[in-house]
Amino acid sequence: MLSHVRKKDVLVVRLEGELDQCSAASIRRDLDMLLQDASVRHLVLDMKKMPFMDSSGIGVILGRYRTLSLRGGSVSVMHMSEQVKRIYALSGMGQVIADMDEKED
Amino acid sequence: MRFINHMRLQFDARPENESFARVAISAFTVHLNPTLDVLSDLRTAVSEAVTNAIVHAYGEKGGQIILEAAIREDALLLLSVRDYGCGIENIDRAMQPFFTTQPEKERSGMGFSVMQSFMDSVQVTSSPGEGTCVQMEKKLLATAPQQ
Repeated sequence: MLSHVRKKDVLVVRLEGELDQCSAASIRRDLDMLLQDASVRHLVLDMKKMPFMDSSGIGVILGRYRTLSLRGGSVSVMHMSEQVKRIYALSGMGQVIADMDEKED
Repeated sequence: MRFINHMRLQFDARPENESFARVAISAFTVHLNPTLDVLSDLRTAVSEAVTNAIVHAYGEKGGQIILEAAIREDALLLLSVRDYGCGIENIDRAMQPFFTTQPEKERSGMGFSVMQSFMDSVQVTSSPGEGTCVQMEKKLLATAPQQ
């Protein structure tokens, strides 16, 4: 489940629930529908209400990064739980997906 | 060493049972009062192993998954996820980070790496055409529980 807020070319999407292989398909579909708007260049995934993600989430996030990097854009994440942070760190995603909370510190 | 509790669950290899398996392992271990971090580690590892069975072992045809867990008196959890699917031909290669047979489906190939990172030990046995068993261990508490 997700809701979103648009600010110029930045789309902030608030994810809810748990991101596993089961939910990945619908989250991927919903994100891709929002990214059909080619004026969106930067995607921010707010994970405050998504405390659990397994490795299925890595593919979902990096797949959207591929789409936006072709537009010269970016994907970043914020409000990751400790569990999600460990998956994020283990995957090496941090090289291309910024953690907005780190930026604020 | 003696076991103080044991459970065995058999369920269909369906994506909606990934969350069921996570809830089941939490419920089985929670009476020992492990930390939230330990519970989170178990949920993550079970999610990865069950997902592998659904996606890679059975694919479209489906099948049965057996989740088995036992708690030893020193608070060590022994956990196994077994399937009777296609099996893994090369376990070493399958366990390499980022190795996936389905990159087009945005699979990350990080399932076994996550299991290894979140659990104390992970052992995989598999026979092509017969299935795979992932056995994992995790210390639930720093000290043995009071009996």
